[in-house]
Amino acid sequence: MTTVAHAPTKAHHEPMSFWRKYIFSTDHKIIGIQFLFVSLSFLLLGGLLAMQIRWQLGFPGKPLPGGGILPESMVSGGVILPEYYIQLVTMHGTFMVFFAIMPLLMGVYANFLIPLKIGTHDMAFPRLNMWSFWLALTAGFIMLAGFFVPEGAARAGWTMYAPLSARPDLSGASYGQMLWCVSIVVLGLSSVLGSVNYITTVINHRAPGMTWFRMPLSVWALFITAILAVLALPVLQGAAIMLLFDQTIGTHFFDPIAGGQALLWQHLFWFFGHPEVYILILPAMGMVSDIIANGSRKPIFGYHSMVFAIVGIAFLGWIVWGHHMFMSGMNPTLGSTFMVSTLLISVPSAIKVFNWMGTMWRGNLRFTVPMLNAVGFVSMFTIGGLSGVFMAATPVDMHIHDTYFIVAHLHYVLFGGSLFALFAAIPYWYPKMFGRMMSETIGKWHFWLTFVTYNLVFFPMHILGMGGQMRRLYDPTQYDFLKPQQPINEFITIAAFSLFAVQLLFLFNFLWSLKRGKKAELNPWQDNGLEWSLPSPAPHGNWERAPNVYRGPYEFSAPEAGSADFLPQHVKLPTDRDPAAATAPASAH
Amino acid sequence: MHWWLPPAASTFAGPIDGLFLAIFIITGIALVIVEVGLLWFSVKYRARPGRKAFYTHGSTRAEVIWTSIPAVTVVALGIVSNHYWVQIKGRDSVPANAYAVAIHAKQFEWRMTYAGPDGQLGTGDDFTVRNQLHVPVDRPILIHLSAEDVIHSFFVPEFRLKQDAVPGMNINVWFQPTKIGEFEIGCAELCGMGHYKMRARVFVHTPEEFNAWMAQQAAGGSE
Amino acid sequence: MTHATATANMMHPPAPAEPGSGVYSNKLGMWVFLASDVMFFTALIGSYIILRFGLSEAWAAPGAVLNVPLTGINTFLLICSSVSMVKAYAAIADGKKYFLRAVPGKMLQDGGLKFWLLVTIICGAMFVGVQIFEYFKLVQHGLTPAGFREGSHYAELALADPVKYGAATAGIFGSTFFTMTGFHGFHVTCGVVSMLYLYFTKVLPEKYSPADFRGIETIGLYWHFVDLVWIILFTIVYLI
Repeated sequence: MTTVAHAPTKAHHEPMSFWRKYIFSTDHKIIGIQFLFVSLSFLLLGGLLAMQIRWQLGFPGKPLPGGGILPESMVSGGVILPEYYIQLVTMHGTFMVFFAIMPLLMGVYANFLIPLKIGTHDMAFPRLNMWSFWLALTAGFIMLAGFFVPEGAARAGWTMYAPLSARPDLSGASYGQMLWCVSIVVLGLSSVLGSVNYITTVINHRAPGMTWFRMPLSVWALFITAILAVLALPVLQGAAIMLLFDQTIGTHFFDPIAGGQALLWQHLFWFFGHPEVYILILPAMGMVSDIIANGSRKPIFGYHSMVFAIVGIAFLGWIVWGHHMFMSGMNPTLGSTFMVSTLLISVPSAIKVFNWMGTMWRGNLRFTVPMLNAVGFVSMFTIGGLSGVFMAATPVDMHIHDTYFIVAHLHYVLFGGSLFALFAAIPYWYPKMFGRMMSETIGKWHFWLTFVTYNLVFFPMHILGMGGQMRRLYDPTQYDFLKPQQPINEFITIAAFSLFAVQLLFLFNFLWSLKRGKKAELNPWQDNGLEWSLPSPAPHGNWERAPNVYRGPYEFSAPEAGSADFLPQHVKLPTDRDPAAATAPASAH
Repeated sequence: MHWWLPPAASTFAGPIDGLFLAIFIITGIALVIVEVGLLWFSVKYRARPGRKAFYTHGSTRAEVIWTSIPAVTVVALGIVSNHYWVQIKGRDSVPANAYAVAIHAKQFEWRMTYAGPDGQLGTGDDFTVRNQLHVPVDRPILIHLSAEDVIHSFFVPEFRLKQDAVPGMNINVWFQPTKIGEFEIGCAELCGMGHYKMRARVFVHTPEEFNAWMAQQAAGGSE
Repeated sequence: MTHATATANMMHPPAPAEPGSGVYSNKLGMWVFLASDVMFFTALIGSYIILRFGLSEAWAAPGAVLNVPLTGINTFLLICSSVSMVKAYAAIADGKKYFLRAVPGKMLQDGGLKFWLLVTIICGAMFVGVQIFEYFKLVQHGLTPAGFREGSHYAELALADPVKYGAATAGIFGSTFFTMTGFHGFHVTCGVVSMLYLYFTKVLPEKYSPADFRGIETIGLYWHFVDLVWIILFTIVYLI
């Protein structure tokens, strides 16, 4: 199979059992698909939790339709109880951040795309990669178990502020809170091991000619994100362990009575938490860049600036964490310094938005489903990013901190941003994963209906926040100043049910197309990436020998392309020379 | 039903609302540029048979422009914001003649402790009232904020006032009310099951009414 | 598909590939993993520093509660194990796969990979053993993760001399002590287990050679890291 004689190994010369091939696979593509199915399931679960939250907020105290199936401790006489409500908000955030968006971006696309897009056979450590998946799945089950233990799930918000999270006597939950901590430690390990793989693979396994500045922006983003993950998750693990110890073996890390500090939790959590939100957006930005360049039939505008913007965002992301703590009681001088760094981080994000627009400018725009969702991403992420400026201004934050203004902001960047990017990426790379196309028609309906209902849900939340509606509030009608805004809550709830119903279109499209989608050709989007030179779906091992790379990833409409408006990275033109690294003798990793 | 910020009732509202409006305008302009731009490009440059895209890798000049304008804008915003931040939350910003009240947050109520007739907090004639903050109008009020059990957050939307109450910490926050009337206090940090009902009220009185209320409390009057 | 081949290129970066880090992937991967472990210990040690120096009352004096001499010896043991790890690395780099070999004209025999790695494992295991013994003694005398157990030996000492024994800060003392040293001990244990695994699956069957001893170098990096963390911990927990 290779140019060098080798000893045959079991994995490639004997037919693998179903279990080795699809369940305990070490193939990065299969692992990516495993993450995809599991994460989409958690996304659905997170959505179901949100629907219950919206029911209570829209119709406080009214019996939940179908609530009878839930136990009395959660839903009494059909009505969602306050103790259950705070579990809902906690677990909605936890599942969405840790078990839906993060694994959808990293577990799925870092795994699936990196080896394909840099031209290598698999990750640097395929068996470790398999462990990453199984650890993540285990962590997911541990987190789910929270709903089934006595007293129920964790309920101190996904941000788990101490001392509430450390004191079962004050929160009402003991096992659920402990399971949250254990799950996070296990998930952290999964992320760290996965990131070790992604980083090593990108540094050491790029095909000849795939220099750093010829890598697609999706790979750059996934690489930088992996660095963020490898450094940030361990801090959360440390914090979760300290919290677990406070809950179980009597330590006092966050217990002020015995010399601990409540704010210590916040510093630790947000020191992780802010890089985490960049983990949740950078891969989305990277993939959107690939898709917009493709959809515009033009090189990405300002490729080098885009790379530096990713690096800049990642770097600055380490020094802004205090902006989550402006009202925490920490020294106000720290508030000033964190405000400065926070305002500055908006600049590289702005650069990216303008560069995406510059890419579309004078392009030849093809509005396929991926392109629609990618442009939708730019549009929605801009709103989310701009709303962040309000919070960055510390005096304004005094009014809107911990209100629905923040809830609007975070959903605009996580749903309007990350999830729309995934709605673009999933159909885009679906042919390479499954050998079939998702339905364009259903995809377009899904995009437009989602775009409309989504904005109807989340835009009014800015107004709720300005009016002062606090977060995690079981019943806003307890407050006279919030009663006039209750019609907005009702409106949002109805829009949210519609939004959720529309997602069933996506779910149907995804599942139905697995077997009934149009069979995919090699390069259905006429893209330049290395993955499009392989069959759909891509075979185990990808290439027999690493391909040579002759140019950057965005040579759309280049003069050398001739009549075609794209020029793949691996195509050798008569004027091209083979890369120097191509002639090195083969060795292993 | 208001579509904008609540009616202002403290001296902080001026700068905060002004800053809010300024940011609204600036971000609004940016939003219009981006959204209109996206829409315009989507229509003008959509694929048509025989069209070809314009092959370019970018423009350093454009990059410099759209980097420096946002950068200068946010720096200016930061300078203005910090000016007010220091005025509002700076540790040395509390006016000298502020009237002091101690507020102790606990699951799920607020306890306000007032200096008694001797005018000093922390002495024997102090008295505590649940869920009612009584203050005179047009005078700086200094709150000594503390928490019994978990983190709570003292929030009065009409005053644009918010400060977390943290167990183990004594935090000062001040404000100056400008309107007579009754306002609501909400807890703005998830503090447990009863977070949603941790509601209290602020009564802003004329100086005469305030003195009358103080006298009544000192005489052992009911709430 | 390029597989592991018994060529001299095993301990170089993969080829054909663009020049990357200049080191083979196992080593690069271990460096990246160690960076994550640095962050983990930073969270624990950083919290310790914030908590300890945020307290106004006295912290237990060095040596009052903890057994500095015993732990000093234990530290020396761990440092010795790092030295023996280097010797193991040097041995296999020179092709010395054996245990011991007689050297003509010399009394001491020459140690090979099997010898030096075994020394490292034993020293590592002894370190953990001593630490478990230390924990046992501490708990017996009353130091727990929650502080001094009521009525215990340390509690009585603290009543008599609250400053020397850090009576008012014992809660944080216990919390940070057991968490930091406990997780370090966990890391040492993982290292010992890993070395044992390699010892039986690769070292005894003589699968390592000068052309490919990546596992030894990789575990060696981990071992030196664990040693370095201990030196920091020993200083800030026991000596200050």
